[in-house]
Amino acid sequence: MNVRPRIFFGFDFAVVILVCLVTASSGAAQAKNPYAGDAKVAKLGEFEFRANCAFCHGLGARGGGRGPDLTRTPKKHGDSDADIFNTINNGVPGTAMPPNGATQQGVGMTEEELWQVVTYIRSVEKKASTVSGDANHGRELYYGSAACGTCHMFKGKGGRLGPDLTGAGTARSTEYLTESLRKPSRRLAQGIIEAMKEFTEEYETVNVVTNDGTKYQGTLLNEDSFTIQFMDMREQVHSFDKASLKSLQKSRESLMPAYDEKVLPDKDLQDVLAFLVGGGQGGVK
Amino acid sequence: MNAGKEPQNWLMYSGDYTGRRYSTLHEIDAANAGKLTPKWVYQTMAGGKFETTPLVVDGILYGTGQDDRAFALDARTGRPIWQYQRGLPGDIRPCCGRVNRGLAILGDKVFMGTLDSHVIALDTKTGNVLWDVSAVDYTKGYSFTLAPLVIKSLVLVGVSGGEYGIRGFIDAYDANTGEKKWRFYTIPGPGEPGNESWEGESWKIGGSPAWITGTYDAETNTTFWTTGNPSPSNRGEGRAGDNLYSNSLLALDPDTGKLKWHFQFTQHDEHDYDATQVPVMVDDGGKKLILQANRNGFFYVIDRTNGKLIRAESYAKVSWAKEKDANGRPVPAKEGLPTLEGNKVCPGAAGATNWMSPTYDQQTKLFYVTAREQCDIFSTAPQPYDAGHAYYGSAYFPNDDAAPFYGALRALDPNTGKIKWEWKHPSPTWSGVLSTAGGLVFTGDAEGNFIALDAASGKALWHFQCGASIYSSPMTYAIAGKQYVAVAAGSSLFTFGLP
Repeated sequence: MNVRPRIFFGFDFAVVILVCLVTASSGAAQAKNPYAGDAKVAKLGEFEFRANCAFCHGLGARGGGRGPDLTRTPKKHGDSDADIFNTINNGVPGTAMPPNGATQQGVGMTEEELWQVVTYIRSVEKKASTVSGDANHGRELYYGSAACGTCHMFKGKGGRLGPDLTGAGTARSTEYLTESLRKPSRRLAQGIIEAMKEFTEEYETVNVVTNDGTKYQGTLLNEDSFTIQFMDMREQVHSFDKASLKSLQKSRESLMPAYDEKVLPDKDLQDVLAFLVGGGQGGVK
Repeated sequence: MNAGKEPQNWLMYSGDYTGRRYSTLHEIDAANAGKLTPKWVYQTMAGGKFETTPLVVDGILYGTGQDDRAFALDARTGRPIWQYQRGLPGDIRPCCGRVNRGLAILGDKVFMGTLDSHVIALDTKTGNVLWDVSAVDYTKGYSFTLAPLVIKSLVLVGVSGGEYGIRGFIDAYDANTGEKKWRFYTIPGPGEPGNESWEGESWKIGGSPAWITGTYDAETNTTFWTTGNPSPSNRGEGRAGDNLYSNSLLALDPDTGKLKWHFQFTQHDEHDYDATQVPVMVDDGGKKLILQANRNGFFYVIDRTNGKLIRAESYAKVSWAKEKDANGRPVPAKEGLPTLEGNKVCPGAAGATNWMSPTYDQQTKLFYVTAREQCDIFSTAPQPYDAGHAYYGSAYFPNDDAAPFYGALRALDPNTGKIKWEWKHPSPTWSGVLSTAGGLVFTGDAEGNFIALDAASGKALWHFQCGASIYSSPMTYAIAGKQYVAVAAGSSLFTFGLP
């Protein structure tokens, strides 16, 4: 057929209702996983996971560019089996996580299949994250000498040029976060998600010279074939017709400097991670 | 039905039996396209992908919408004459969205295939249901999403469900009564030629759906249909062999459903490379051809009198095939097969193109196709078959290293297979293409723009931001000499014309 779990982000209400009727018949699951701990069911869940979830969450649930590492605990949107069931079935509004079956390309899962996936996820979970840094020092670095806060908001405080990092510590693996700090251009962060649009925008770098010679540098907000929207270094939002510009260059070289070991020694890196993973609340000790 | 004699009407999915999606209307042309302006918008208020190509007959537009809606509108004003909403059962399992691509028409009836695997006839004046027949048990994963094709007094439909381990088929129903006249199984049964191309009992659940509308050559009384992937799509183990007639072009007798010949594009497919792209009939000098830019990345030119391959050239990045067989047919390379941990292959799972219609312009003699430049990581794992449940043999993943992906409208020269020009899209799109005698091609993009381009040069002449990604193929019609162009986007059908 068409293609399978290419994820769409159009959370249409009618579709959500239909999906809930069609697949797992109600939004609220029974409280208990009927298959908890059953290795055979976990294996069945792995098939479902590969077909429906791995596109974003990666093989083995270890996370991909788009979805969080699900081998981590506790889960951000509720950690009981019923919570995980509901997260899969209903999606997480405001995030890239769609409701079950509403991907427009894949096949929705039945209630039985959802429990299989929950059982599978449980079977691959690892012990709680082992970030050993000092979260308080991480906070000092974030808003101080490391200057993360210049461009990244965290719980309402900080800049706007880069993505908000409030949820990054719980959504992303420490490996992903480390890579984002050490090699920010390796994998650009995802930007705006539009309903029904297959690909999200990314935090590409934009260099523009207007017809009157004004130069702007900034990060991409959105674009189509004819226009471009971006935020400049002074956090001003611009929109131009591409044809009206003297020059337009886009680059996948991030505006974020690479925090190598000279700039951010390993110990300090661990402290920043502890701050992010701990959600700013003193971190994981 | 002779669409060529009434260019003001759009009588079938691809405009006419050739599948060219080309119109001889020329009021809108390269000189005035920049002045195009919206005429009206019809909103279905439905979610999901809006894939319809509407029909227009004598001023009335007939279309379908998500969740098996259908509607008739005054094609001049967009005002509804009637609306139909099928009461769908709660347990349908359409694979890839609750979509429908359009209707067929004959006399006072329009015909629709439904997500619960029925074929129905609606009265053109009222939308009343005139007949309703069940083709197959939808709970096993069967559905209809395509626009039917009417030939003489028969309504032809092909089934969807390649994600479920179905056994694909093409059916013909009497337009007056709904009586089934024939069924052609796209997987031969025991004793039939081709059945030996399946390992053991795998033919029973081998997929090979036929979910895009065919074309028809009245001169030889042959209808051409294309088929989709063998099941499970990403795993070849357990179905050793070529898996006929998956990913094939079929030449059928429309009166009997008998197979005249077949050509298989991708044998023993493990990448979901459905051949479900409209097989476009083109006559070049004395040569009778079928042109198809396939999901697998090759542009095929085939002799439609006998199914012999004339040429296959890649039109997008390809890594699944490294060489061609003695007949010039690309063959799968070992190193391009899916693995347990994943293997990067081009084109990706959505293909170098997909179901969105190409067009053949009779003036430029070029073939225009929506190309998708995107590679994916294909993985495979054993999966038990369970009737009515998804049966993929695992998944694919975006290959982040290959980002950014992009799309392009490409103008191909059928004589050489070479790309004459391309219009690059910021990201891969699912919009089809229309060409007109005004020297224009129309297409859309994932960013929501509907665009008119100069057919000869590929220069964009006009665009309109529809506000949602376009998942449909545009069409054109005329009322009282005034030309309109229509395209579905989001939950709305947009029409444009000159001021």
